[in-house]
This record gives sequence, C-alpha cells and structure tokens, in this order.
Amino acid sequence: MAERTLMKGNEAVAEGAVRAGCRFFAGYPITPQNEIPEYMSWRLPEEGGTFIQAESEVAAINMLFGASSVGTRVMTSSSSPGISLKQEGVSYCAAAELPIFYTNIVRGGPGLGNIAPSQGDYFQATRGGGHGDYRVIVFAPKTVEEMANFPRTCYELAFKYRIPTMMLADGILGQMMEPVTFEFDPIDPSTLDLPDWALRGSKPEKRRVIKSYDLRPGKMEQWNFRLEKKYDEIREKEPRYEAVNIDDADIILTGYGTAARVCESAMALGRKEGLKIGYIRPITLWPFPKSVFREVRDKVEKFFVVEMSLGQYVEDVKLSLNGRSEIYLHKRPAGGIPTGEEVLELTRKILSGDKTKQVEE
Amino acid sequence: MEKVVFEQTKGLTDIPMRYCPGCGHGVVHRLVAECFMELGVQEKTIGIGPVGCSVFADEYFNCDMIQGAHGRGPAIATGIKRCRPDRLVFSYQGDGDLASIGAAEMLHSAMRSENITIIFINNAIYGMTGGQMAPTTLLGMKSTTSPSGRTVEANGYPIRVCELLAALDGPVYLERVSVDKPAAVVKTKKAIKRAFEYQLEGRGFTLVEILSQCPTDWHLTPLQAIEKIRKDLIPYYPLGIYREPEDAKRAKKEKVAVEKES
Ligand SMILES: Cc1ncc(C[n+]2csc(CCOP(=O)(O)OP(=O)(O)O)c2C)c(N)n1
Ligand code: SF4
Ligand SMILES: [Mg+2]
Repeated sequence: MAERTLMKGNEAVAEGAVRAGCRFFAGYPITPQNEIPEYMSWRLPEEGGTFIQAESEVAAINMLFGASSVGTRVMTSSSSPGISLKQEGVSYCAAAELPIFYTNIVRGGPGLGNIAPSQGDYFQATRGGGHGDYRVIVFAPKTVEEMANFPRTCYELAFKYRIPTMMLADGILGQMMEPVTFEFDPIDPSTLDLPDWALRGSKPEKRRVIKSYDLRPGKMEQWNFRLEKKYDEIREKEPRYEAVNIDDADIILTGYGTAARVCESAMALGRKEGLKIGYIRPITLWPFPKSVFREVRDKVEKFFVVEMSLGQYVEDVKLSLNGRSEIYLHKRPAGGIPTGEEVLELTRKILSGDKTKQVEE
Repeated sequence: MEKVVFEQTKGLTDIPMRYCPGCGHGVVHRLVAECFMELGVQEKTIGIGPVGCSVFADEYFNCDMIQGAHGRGPAIATGIKRCRPDRLVFSYQGDGDLASIGAAEMLHSAMRSENITIIFINNAIYGMTGGQMAPTTLLGMKSTTSPSGRTVEANGYPIRVCELLAALDGPVYLERVSVDKPAAVVKTKKAIKRAFEYQLEGRGFTLVEILSQCPTDWHLTPLQAIEKIRKDLIPYYPLGIYREPEDAKRAKKEKVAVEKES
C-alpha cells in the first residue's frame, strides 16, 4: 500500500470506488467524464464486477436502483445534462433509502452548454436535485488524491444512513493528473455483511419489499418526517471542512473544489505580502459546514466567495453568516476559471474598501 | 373422499386486490404466483412492480418485491439480475409503462438479452391515470385523450410489441396470449412458466404479452370487455409464439412427427 502513482482524476475516482468495494457500474458516455466508464469497463470485470454501458442515463440510474436493492456497492457517473436525466431515479433511491454513489463531473450549462469546467450544478446537487423533499450527501474534492479516497467514505456513509452519496467535481479535476496515494486497503465486498434490508429472495414470512410510495392517508408525511430525522442526524454529525489561517484573518476566502484551490493559492500569495487572509473550504456541500462559518463570523468582517457559477454557493455562505459579516462574490460561470492572482488582486481591493463585489443580504 | 380442485396459491399474499371487477390483472397475478410456486423458487424470486394499476404488486406477490419508476422495470431487473444471477427476476408492466415511457429500456434489455422475464399486460389503455390513450390503443378506440377515437393522423399506429422485439436477435422467448376464457388462461400460465424455465436455465430475455381486459376504462361490462378482446384486440394483436429457442422448435416438430406416425 501507500504506493504513490500519477493518475487522472476521473480514473482515480473509478479506481477509488473499486477499491471501496464497488462491483456494479452503469453509465452513458458524456464529456468530460468518459474516462470513468472507460476505466470501469475493464477494471470491474477484473474484480468479478459488472460494467454496463446503458442505453441512457435514465436506464443507468435505474440499473443502480436495482443493483443496490440487493445490497451491491454501485456507482454511476455523468456530467451535468446526464445528471439532470438521472434525477428522477435519484429521488426514488432517496425515498427507498438505497445507498448509491454517483459523480457529477460538472460542465458548463445551462442546456448543452459546453464541456468546460463549471460549478453550475451546485443548487441541483445540494438541494436534492429531483422531485420531493430529500437530500443526498455531497462531497466536493479539490485534488485527484481526494477523488481517489473519498469514494470509501461515500460508501460508508451511504450504507450507514441508507442515503445516496455523490461527488461533485468538474472537468479540471476529472482531467488533470496528480500524484495519488490510496489511504485504505482494498475492500472485498464479499466479506461485508449483506444488510438486512437488501432483497435476496426471502422466506415468505420475512419477505422484503423496497418501494418509494405510500398512498395511505398520512403515511407519506410520516415517511418524510422519518427521512428528516436521518437528515438532521447527518447535518449534526457529518459536515466536513478545511479551515486555514482563520484566527487572525481580516478576510476569509471561501470556495469549494477547483475554486477552493484558487482561494488557497490567493491566500498563499497574499500572506507573502503580509495580508491577513484566511480560507474556508467545505468538503461536504451537503451537509454544509455551517458551524465553522458561525465560529468566525463575529471575528472576521469580510468574506470573499469565489465560485465558478452565478451566485449559488454564496447562498449557503450567506445563510451561515446570517448577516453578521460583509460578503463579496467573484463569479466565473460556464468555463471561466479564476486564477490566484486574479483573486488576490480583488482581495486587495476589497481590503482597501472597494465595495463593487459586495453582495446584498 | 374430498378432492381439492382449486386452492389459493401461497405465491400471493392475503391482501385483497384492489382491481376492478373483470380486470385481467388479478388473473395474471395468480398465474405468475402459481408459476414461481410450482417451480419451487418462491424463496429465490425477486419481482419488480411498475407504475400503473398494478403499482401495488409489491403487496400482492408473496416474494421479495421492488417498486420502481414508471417504465424502468427492465433496467431495474437488469441491475438485480446482474448482481444475483441465480435468482428468478420478473418485471411486471403495463403497456404505457413498457411500450411508451419505458420503450428504450424494453428494447435495450431485449437487445442485450438480459436473463429476465417481462410480464407485459396489454390492455390498450392507461388504466391507472383514468383511461388515456396508450401506445397500444387501437385505431378508432376512444380514450380520454383521443375522445373521438384514435386516428393515424393524430396518433399514428398502435405498437405490436412481440413483433417489434422479434426483429432483434436478443430475445429468447416471446409469446402473446390472452385471458379471455379458461383455455386461454391455461395457455397463459404455460407461457409464463416456460418463460421462467428459460430464465432459470440461463437462456436470456423472455417476455409474455397478455391481452388483458380493462372494463372500467373501456366503459364496458366485464363480459363485453371479454368480447372486445376477441373481436378487436386479437385480430390486431395475433396470439402466438414470436420467438422460441431452436431446441423447443425441434422438440415440437419431433412430437408432431411421432404423433403422425402413430
Ligand atoms: C414519470 C411519470 N410519468 C407519468 C406518470 C403517471 N402514470 C402513472 S401510471 C401511468 C400509465 C399506466 O398505464 P399502463 O402502463 O398501461 O398500466 P395500466 O394502469 O393500464 O395497467 C402514468 C402515465 C408517472 N407515475 N411517472
Ligand atoms: S382501471 Fe382497468 S386495468 Fe385498472 S384495475 Fe380497473 S379494470 Fe383493471
Ligand atoms: Mg395499460
């Protein structure tokens, strides 16, 4: 173990999922995530698993619905338009409490958009995405190494809470190569206990049913409240984040994924000049790590949000800060990629009192 | 001495079915259940319920059940079967479910020859949503979305699913049957059993299409609905086997030859 190799992000998440016990993958080609199904098409058979190139994203997610209902660790991946198509199926998985794992290697939208990196699917990812009142756990990696190692946590949480988990990344993370160490031993899923809820062909006295409907008066309301209890527990226990230099900061830069890397580099450059810049980066986008923002909101006057979308991520920052600090926003949608220098330059302006980038509450 | 001539199959639960009087769904449920019981595979059967009047299938079939999204039964079945190849996996679907919204999943599961069985209830109407036009609604037939009768100009031609799938290499067994009289019911049961047997032998994709009465949305009495099956549906949807394995064909020929000789 602990061997360091150079991998592409898309291949890293695929390999990470296989090592985390994934034995079923169904997907439909779409750029910029094609390396994931391509990798799975040869890698899964090596482990006795199944790869299916589905006829559509709709079919793919429903194959997962079936494969996960028998307790298999499953995965699908797509990019924005394909993820939109999968949303009905994700909603069914959420209701039926099936532990699927999927990735969205986000591209520019709306519509067919382009194949450039983007963060335009933040709302879709963090607000459930499909119909009905539900949430999925969303991880936002910022390095290829995280793409390789997060799948294990995703499966752990998916099975622990019986909830869909997803990884939200973009074309930069998917396509770039970085050194990777897998921080866990490969998991052989045949050694894991089959969860009691999993279908298998049961004795009639203990027959198992998985479904997402209840037409009896009041029952679906109860079902929703049961899901809410689980979501509340996840909100309490599972937020993850990274926070650097927040204690002495005059300004905190914040973003997730690729934008987080940009913030990080702006912070590093700024610190060299003596600017007191801190940085917060959510690792889970849902549950959102509100607490870290709440801890610092009375100490830090200014927050600077950087996102590759038109003001989506900033909404959660606003909710967490609750009007206690000034919020500034830099937006680069659908293929616009901010640089560290660009963000540092804006940070300097903000620190000197420029309000152009300030957002209203 | 008393002799039992009919018993409620243990393949169905005790929950009373909510189907309308004269509906074909209930009969087919019984046949499916009798088949997995007689094959001794109740404890290794996983069924998939559709969205449609038979959405409650998970309450009726006395085996492991999963209820999925409208039209996606074949994809769900694919996922289950690939992970549990030794289980009997069937997807129970209506005509709107299978041949309209789920047409792609139907075609591609057949094309891949997934080793699953589809029980296809063709009642030429959207029963559950209140009698809208189905892809299988006959020309001239009235529905709530073709109030003066289906026309070619507005709606095109009805789909013949068995014939369509017979154009593919993937399917192993395709048969169209009906449940309009006792002899037909017996035949339907044989067809379902054969499909299940082929699946258990690992042969590949099987589908049984059942022409089924919907008195409620056809606005007919149960008897009139049976009459409509014979008068209107069977002529457009001819009963018969549309695909079967070569060895089954050979066996049949041999049987006919033996009968001729003797
Ligand atoms: C995505 C989606 N679209 C539409 C519906 C509404 N819907 C429920 S059942 C049904 C048609 C059912 O007709 P059929 O499959 O023929 O079954 P039947 O009730 O006739 O047995 C429709 C359109 C739905 N549940 N989901
Ligand atoms: S509406 Fe038609 S298909 Fe539905 S239960 Fe009634 S008779 Fe059967
Ligand atoms: Mg119908």
